[in-house]
Amino acid sequence: MTPTSPRRAAILGGNRIPFARQFGPYANASNQDMFTAALEGLVARHGLGGERLGEVVGGAVIKHSRDFNLTREAVLGSSLAPETTAYDVQQACGTGLENALLVSNKIKLGQIESGIAGGVDTASDAPIMVTEKLRRKLLRINRSKTTVDMAKSALRIRPGDFGIETPANTEPRTGLSMGEHMAITAKKWGITREAQDELAALSHQNLAAAYERGFFDDLMTSYLGLAKDQNLRADSTVEKLAKLKPVFGKGEGATMTAGNSTPLTDGASAVLLGSEEWAAEHNLPVQAWLVDGEVAAVDYVHGDEGLLMAPAYAVPRLLARQGLSLQDFDYYEIHEAFASTVLSTMKAWEDEDFCRDRLGLEKPLGSIDRSKLNVNGSSLAAGHPFAATGGRIVASLAKMLHEKGPGSRGLISICAAGGQGVVAILEGA
Amino acid sequence: MAFNYGQFVSGGIGKQLATTLGLPRPSRLRRHKLGGSLVPSEVLVAGHGDAPVAERVRHLLADAGVTVASQPSTSVAGVVLDLTAIETPADLETLRAVVSPALKTLAPTGRVIVVGRPPESATSVAQAAARRAVEGIVRSIGKEMRGGGTANTVLVAEGADAGVDATVRFLLSGRSAYVSAQVFHVSEPVGDVAAPADWDQPLAGKVAVVTGAARGIGAAIAETLARDGATIIAVDVPAAGGPLAEVANRLGGTALQLDVTAEDAGAKIVEHAAARHGGFDIVVHNAGITRDKLLANTEADRWDSVLQVNLLSILRMNEALVPAINDGGHIVNVSSIAGIAGNRGQTNYAASKAGVIGMTSALAADKRVLDKGVTVNAVAPGFIETEMTAKVPLATREVGRLMNSLSQGGLPVDVAETIGYFAWDANRAVTGNTVRVCGQMLMGA
Repeated sequence: MTPTSPRRAAILGGNRIPFARQFGPYANASNQDMFTAALEGLVARHGLGGERLGEVVGGAVIKHSRDFNLTREAVLGSSLAPETTAYDVQQACGTGLENALLVSNKIKLGQIESGIAGGVDTASDAPIMVTEKLRRKLLRINRSKTTVDMAKSALRIRPGDFGIETPANTEPRTGLSMGEHMAITAKKWGITREAQDELAALSHQNLAAAYERGFFDDLMTSYLGLAKDQNLRADSTVEKLAKLKPVFGKGEGATMTAGNSTPLTDGASAVLLGSEEWAAEHNLPVQAWLVDGEVAAVDYVHGDEGLLMAPAYAVPRLLARQGLSLQDFDYYEIHEAFASTVLSTMKAWEDEDFCRDRLGLEKPLGSIDRSKLNVNGSSLAAGHPFAATGGRIVASLAKMLHEKGPGSRGLISICAAGGQGVVAILEGA
Repeated sequence: MAFNYGQFVSGGIGKQLATTLGLPRPSRLRRHKLGGSLVPSEVLVAGHGDAPVAERVRHLLADAGVTVASQPSTSVAGVVLDLTAIETPADLETLRAVVSPALKTLAPTGRVIVVGRPPESATSVAQAAARRAVEGIVRSIGKEMRGGGTANTVLVAEGADAGVDATVRFLLSGRSAYVSAQVFHVSEPVGDVAAPADWDQPLAGKVAVVTGAARGIGAAIAETLARDGATIIAVDVPAAGGPLAEVANRLGGTALQLDVTAEDAGAKIVEHAAARHGGFDIVVHNAGITRDKLLANTEADRWDSVLQVNLLSILRMNEALVPAINDGGHIVNVSSIAGIAGNRGQTNYAASKAGVIGMTSALAADKRVLDKGVTVNAVAPGFIETEMTAKVPLATREVGRLMNSLSQGGLPVDVAETIGYFAWDANRAVTGNTVRVCGQMLMGA
């Protein structure tokens, strides 16, 4: 049964700062700095200075403990009315899209009239942690009541306790990095090096072409001297990518390189959503409707599913609820965590056994028209500041659908650490 | 911080040195303050013959709460002299008789405003000579003024006296701080001359498009128009998006990122203004670039990029903007002193900025523009203190600063104030003008 929405949630525009490579121009920018910048660009583009919005939902995957109220602090540092509420969400790389779903759901229910969904991440300004042993000993010193206690506690620290740790792209339950996980999946699905490099080259070429025709003029605001995604290589080709050495996987079968995997990136994005009435009152044309979303998780720890395969499960559930087939879309935005993620996911949907055994479908979802996939580039070219990717995709797709015209449809699929996947359907307005 | 001559000679050893050597010491200029009075003290109003404009000015001053003086004194801060009725050069004695004693006691940041008629419409050769003489006198007075004072000429066409008020107000006020030795042409208004309900908010309810608004003079224009009541559409290239957003948010306007040279730039502005603000009333074509090189070394791309951004883009955008601008609107172009006097190493820039002057007068007379009651004017800034001029080598910079009657560089706000004046609905009788904001720079006509 299709649940009936009381009203629709409109996507009214978006903004992001260009994404920078780790330790690049944003090396000294904090998550709060970057998210504030993304908000300020959005506010300026839509004339929202002094406006009280229903809420702002943001978040970051890599976060300092001091940033417990990251989004709220960014709002207070922005030109929005200080009475605008805010909260943080953390759902790994699914954060940005999940936030858009949260805001749209509240709008549909009539709880709020407007909101901003976004996310930010820095791979440069990372929190530093000490070793677990040292941390416990330091806490002990901290709670000592007397100087003698303190000295005693301090003497317990051994040279071997010293050492610092930074957050790593590693799954706590498997000890494997995301790339290593993906290498297993890529091998299982027989994804070739050539296919991955082809997808990566196309991502760069598509993104470069989008810049060339001014597609990002009203989706981006320059920051700290950067006006384009730093990772973009407009002259990227399959030949050049073929020269890179594999970094994930082992031996002969290793196919994943730095060129067909996303680099560590800094950046932030934000999307403005509102009810139809609010949009009209504020003279803001509707770009697209956020129709519906779905989140799935897979058991990559004890089961045998790949870490980044959850979207393969979320999409059929969403399609079934909306009564659509995989081919009913004008654009597909499949987040390029790795080129092999996109290729494995698509291959799974074409695979009879997978669709029958894992998804419980009578026949495969089928293939998608590759000319409709990531047409303005995706994470391989733009970079992937974890929580910022959802906002990047939602804003770009909404604009593409608006240009395509009312009734056009787009599908978003984003994989996330922890074996989760967030997917959504947008409809052009 | 970079050396600044003006600050150096304002006190201490610098002041002593300058006084001993007879070097110029710039005065602090009087600039417009929100809620401030039109002029700090009294204004002396006089005229030759029946002096119809003098009568108007007395009423204007009374309305503005300014005391009209009939004798020179130290409490006189401005002189308005109506010479519209002069017949021969002999009648110029009236000017000498009034202004000569007044200059002796004129308060600092004083104003001399001489109102005449255009020489071209004189009915006799002697009258034409007399009328033309006014300009020469006022330019000379500008060079004799002390204490940050200015002198300007206003030429009013026969039958257009009612349109003079806005210009007299502007010239008396602090808004014209860096405008001197200029000739303002007041003609038959292109639409209803409408005084604002509040002279501190002369642009209330208006929507203004400002290109190149992210920084420098453009940001000051946006800020000044917003201060005067306008809603700002701040336009700049995507690469300047960060600072542009800052300007737009500070002023409560909207930011529109686009390249003015793009084919659809005008259409995009029109679309944005229509969707977000229900149209627009004011356009300020400020976006501009320099690519300096001696002509002997200038390649085609340097030549072309300057002409594209500074001139051709405006012509192209106007094709979309003119039909869309609200009736009674105002278009203001930013030219440059380089477009009047020329500048070594700036043939491309001078071409574009002189072209802007030609475009301004021609567009002002265009039927489509006249039918809509739209005015078209230009400002030509001289040496203005910006981030750009701060990077000019010391000697060149100080020469630029000092080579004018006010012995100092102007501020971005000075350019912005003149643009604001061109955008008043009270100012529909001034169109096709190019006014220099240069403190009477020695370069150029």
